[in-house]
Amino acid sequence: MATQHSRAAARLMITPAVFVLLVWMLIPLCMTLYFSFADYRPMRATFEPWIGFENYGRFLTSSAFTSSIVTTLQMVGGILCITIGGGVLMALLLDQPIFGQGIVRILVIAPFFVMPTVSALVWKNMFFNVDNGLFSYAYKALGMQPFDFLSQAPLFSIIVIVAWQWLPFATLILLTAVQSLSSEQLEAAEMDGAPALSRFRHIILPHLSRAITVVILIQTIFLLSIFAEIFVTTNGAFGTRTLTYLVYQRVLESQNIGLGSAGGIIAVILANIVAIFLMRIVGKNLDT
Amino acid sequence: MGRITLEKVQKKFGEVEVIPPLDLTIEDGEFVVFVGPSGCGKSTLLRLIAGLEDVSDGEIRIDGKPATDLPPAKRGLAMVFQSYALYPHMTVRKNIAFPMKMAGMDQAEQDRRIAKAAGALNLTDYLDRRPGQLSGGQRQRVAIGRAIVREPAAFLFDEPLSNLDAALRVGMRMEISELHKSLETTMIYVTHDQVEAMTMADKIVVLRAGHIEQVGSPLELYKAPRNVFVAGFIGSPKMNLLGGSHAAAHDCTTIGIRPEHLDVVASGGTFTGRVGVAEHLGSDTFFHVHVDGIAEPMTVRAGGEVGLTHGDTIHLVPQADKVHRFDDKGLRIA
Repeated sequence: MATQHSRAAARLMITPAVFVLLVWMLIPLCMTLYFSFADYRPMRATFEPWIGFENYGRFLTSSAFTSSIVTTLQMVGGILCITIGGGVLMALLLDQPIFGQGIVRILVIAPFFVMPTVSALVWKNMFFNVDNGLFSYAYKALGMQPFDFLSQAPLFSIIVIVAWQWLPFATLILLTAVQSLSSEQLEAAEMDGAPALSRFRHIILPHLSRAITVVILIQTIFLLSIFAEIFVTTNGAFGTRTLTYLVYQRVLESQNIGLGSAGGIIAVILANIVAIFLMRIVGKNLDT
Repeated sequence: MGRITLEKVQKKFGEVEVIPPLDLTIEDGEFVVFVGPSGCGKSTLLRLIAGLEDVSDGEIRIDGKPATDLPPAKRGLAMVFQSYALYPHMTVRKNIAFPMKMAGMDQAEQDRRIAKAAGALNLTDYLDRRPGQLSGGQRQRVAIGRAIVREPAAFLFDEPLSNLDAALRVGMRMEISELHKSLETTMIYVTHDQVEAMTMADKIVVLRAGHIEQVGSPLELYKAPRNVFVAGFIGSPKMNLLGGSHAAAHDCTTIGIRPEHLDVVASGGTFTGRVGVAEHLGSDTFFHVHVDGIAEPMTVRAGGEVGLTHGDTIHLVPQADKVHRFDDKGLRIA
């Protein structure tokens, strides 16, 4: 029969995709799992296939782990605050009729197209650099001592760089939400005697809440794996070592693949917990 | 407490003059309906009174006090929007309380007014629901409730019934009229539906392209339309407007005869034609009659049961004293 034939054909067609997915995702995950239970240090030529949960114990109890969790939370939280606060303001501004609206909107989206490594390098060398950076010039022009951002406030600097990259994303999603608000609602609020700030708090912000939760969800998932910006700027020094970066250090700098793999698995589990938690909030918000 | 005067009020959007200078007085406690075809500026005029649009020139006075430069909230007017414009994330109670909360009214007084409004509008059981959980008619009542609690000097309605189905519309029409009788507050009501205008208004303002064509009570407009436009716009089905030789026989450019003022006679008659579509409503029957020499079919009201069907020949005589005459400028000849 035709349907049976087409079904068989369909299965045949998706086989390559499924195969690629398995090779690219499942095999690395399984190998990470396998290594996480092994004592595997290639530089010392040690390989013991089964040492139980020793790697997990060592990773979880090290002081670097707790500090990396705190750093990750600070970084993700800081970036979310800036992108959402800034995104709402930008969305409200871009919603106003202005001259050259189309071009302004494209310019606002532009940072999103810049690769993380490139944007981190640009910020590091053109803005934050103590000798030649734009900020240093600005400080000097105002007669102040230039501020070495990357060594004095490294965490803040990285937050600024990543927030700059993600602001367009938040702005874009929030702008569509702002545009979907009916003008009659705002006019009704105006007739009801609500000044601009009350209208924002009571009408616009609740209307945006759904879009804001979506932005938080998507950004959190991506921000948990920030790597390039840290690698390019501080190399994980000065308290900018996130969980992702710690795993990288364990594997490549300490050449302890077993310990790093255990860290990787822990990071996967934590990310999933966060994702489930956020999904439930979003689900709840989408209901009403 | 709700007397609104417009003096030479004018509105331009850029170069386009939407409302040419216009004078209008709305007495306290009156139910005034702005009616006209879409795009005639009736909603713009309402928004000018509300303060949602700025007047380009002229002055608006509310209770004798100049209100032209007052922001909408300070004018003491409440508005019910076409889309109801309820706040979707707030319960019905919070929606109704919102204007009072913004005014900083104390909680006990808020509760008292909410209870009173909810009682009057049959909303008591729905106070803790959200607008999304209500039917169209209930949402409409919430919007009215939100307007009532402010105890405004005048209510402004912007086509409030156009999103409701026909049966509900008739019901809400009654409720709004009832509300006006009990509150005795000035109401300004915008609609394109002349039936709503005729049934609800104390005073109808017929607008076309921003101009006021005629102001008067429903029956004044019906009996003595000032020009051809008002004659054709007020009344359902429309008045038959005829020119040419038929008008010349009455010494004018256009004559108008309402469908109910044409009598069906056995033979002879002023007009002889073929019956086209017949609309049987039970109480009345409307015939569309094709008369030679007249482009548009004429509409005739006949009794409930008339033994005429499609294609039959019909003879019509207008009731002599009910023929409206208009001159070459379209103005009524008394």
